[in-house]
Amino acid sequence: MGGTHAAESRGILNPLGHAGYRGAPNAAGYRGAPNAAGYRGAMVGSRSVEDVRADFPILDRTVNGRPLAYLDNAATSQKPRPVLDAIRVYYEHGNANVHRALHTLGEEATAAYEEARGKVQRLVNARSSREVVFTRGTTEAINLVASAWADSALQAGDVVLVTEMEHHSNLVPWQLACARRGAILKHVPITAEGTLDLPGIEGSWDPRTRLVAVTYVSNVLGTINDVKAIAAFAHARGALVLVDAAQAVAHLRVDVQDLGCDFLALSGHKMYGPMGIGALYGRESLLEAMPPWMGGGEMIRSVSLESSTWNDLPWKFEAGTPNVEGAVGLSAAIDYLHTLGLPAVRRWEEELASYARGRLAEVSGITLYGGAARGTVTPAAGVFPFTLGAIHAHDVAQFLDREGIAVRAGHHCAQPLARRLGVPATVRASLAFYNSFFEIDRLADALEAARRFYE
Amino acid sequence: MSAFDDLYQEIIMDHYRSPRGKANLDHVPQAMAHENPTCGDTIKLELTVGDSGRVERVRFDGKGCAISTASASLMTETLQGLSVSEARERADTFIKALRGDIPASVLDSLGDLAAFKGLASFPVRVKCATLAWHAALVSLPGSQKS
Repeated sequence: MGGTHAAESRGILNPLGHAGYRGAPNAAGYRGAPNAAGYRGAMVGSRSVEDVRADFPILDRTVNGRPLAYLDNAATSQKPRPVLDAIRVYYEHGNANVHRALHTLGEEATAAYEEARGKVQRLVNARSSREVVFTRGTTEAINLVASAWADSALQAGDVVLVTEMEHHSNLVPWQLACARRGAILKHVPITAEGTLDLPGIEGSWDPRTRLVAVTYVSNVLGTINDVKAIAAFAHARGALVLVDAAQAVAHLRVDVQDLGCDFLALSGHKMYGPMGIGALYGRESLLEAMPPWMGGGEMIRSVSLESSTWNDLPWKFEAGTPNVEGAVGLSAAIDYLHTLGLPAVRRWEEELASYARGRLAEVSGITLYGGAARGTVTPAAGVFPFTLGAIHAHDVAQFLDREGIAVRAGHHCAQPLARRLGVPATVRASLAFYNSFFEIDRLADALEAARRFYE
Repeated sequence: MSAFDDLYQEIIMDHYRSPRGKANLDHVPQAMAHENPTCGDTIKLELTVGDSGRVERVRFDGKGCAISTASASLMTETLQGLSVSEARERADTFIKALRGDIPASVLDSLGDLAAFKGLASFPVRVKCATLAWHAALVSLPGSQKS
């Protein structure tokens, strides 16, 4: 693959030649980076980062006249060409509705859809494909449990335990479910370092706890929680555990059997797949016992005008025509990640994160939030929430956008956590394996420039 | 001029760095604060109308971005001396112009408020710029808290 040429054509290897780029490095090159180009020699397994970048067409574009530096990966990841191709090929060659048609296209579409389910099953090491329900994403997967499980198993006076670092998607569905069922919602506070610890969970434990809903990786802090220990703790006390793995699946090996969780939710779009597809892993015995949560086609076995019987797992939970395009794209994304190798991805992302930690810590006036971002807590994902002096997060993000750097600013859909941190809004830079040292240098330099601009 | 420079032009940066009408409004209950749901910023407003029926003084308190701070600052100057109905109309016009309900060119005749025309390229920031003005609409006598 002509990765080098592709990179040169978009000016990544020639940042000095890029007119108008402020904060351009001096002749000595980038501080700390292995070489002047910013990532020569950097590898994701057996492939160079330059080569890997060429798989992502969007990384070619410019924003406000600068090469795009996409550092908003915790919001959504970019899509590699194999994913885009898989979706196009599906519509050009195989589009049909699944599970019904007796024609060739229908059979092929069904096979592709169910093959994707098998890939998700192996990705999270579920025991059976019956334990994998396709959803629109993590939010819908959690809502499925907060509806079908809660409405059949949660009693008045029962407790659902969440944590202070949950995304709204793993908080609001439980607020709704508890309100419907007369159950009680409690939360585990985070430590001063932005982590969850067992003493904290023990302190918040209520003997009536029926389910613990916890994130694997914090979308704000980058903390990687020991969900295996949390699951063991909860199970020893008779409670179930739901893991929000939205931020985990693109970066870590996720093994539901090893973790011992009962439910796990994931999104395709955060792992280089398309938007609108995700999955729920559920322990088979639990899914069997749960009633359907949406009615319609596909989820039924037989229907009379008065009543219906339900389809087998997992289709019982998949009412209506599914997102076959999404499943096919997700399937390709899983293949892509496997080809790169998750351990190799993790190694390079850790190296990048370590470099970012150092560069960001040097920016004058910066405040990094949480031990994961500051480097005092391991393991950590490449997520960096920060504020810059008294400058508002929106202003920082707007300035970075002028420099072609994409970050997120705000409460990151975790308002309770923002309140705990004492800042309504932070800037968040989040990394993926296609990011480079050079992009981190551009971020750090642009932050210095932003400070000069606003102060 | 880039869209960014158009947004953060000198007049806006000046009002951001030295906001007019900014005061400590601890005596105003937090429940009266207005919140921008996209970022969690809040603003408190104190608007006094004299016996003449004109806006005598507008003061604001709160931490916000450059756009919301500059907009609140400019607003305290703009509304002062206007009758209640003029003030309401001015706020209404400003909000509608930024939201695109009416052409942004109406801002040209409103003095320094024209500086906010650049916001049209940044729809996400419209809430920042209109926060104080929504607060003013609610604070003007005869308003119903929306």
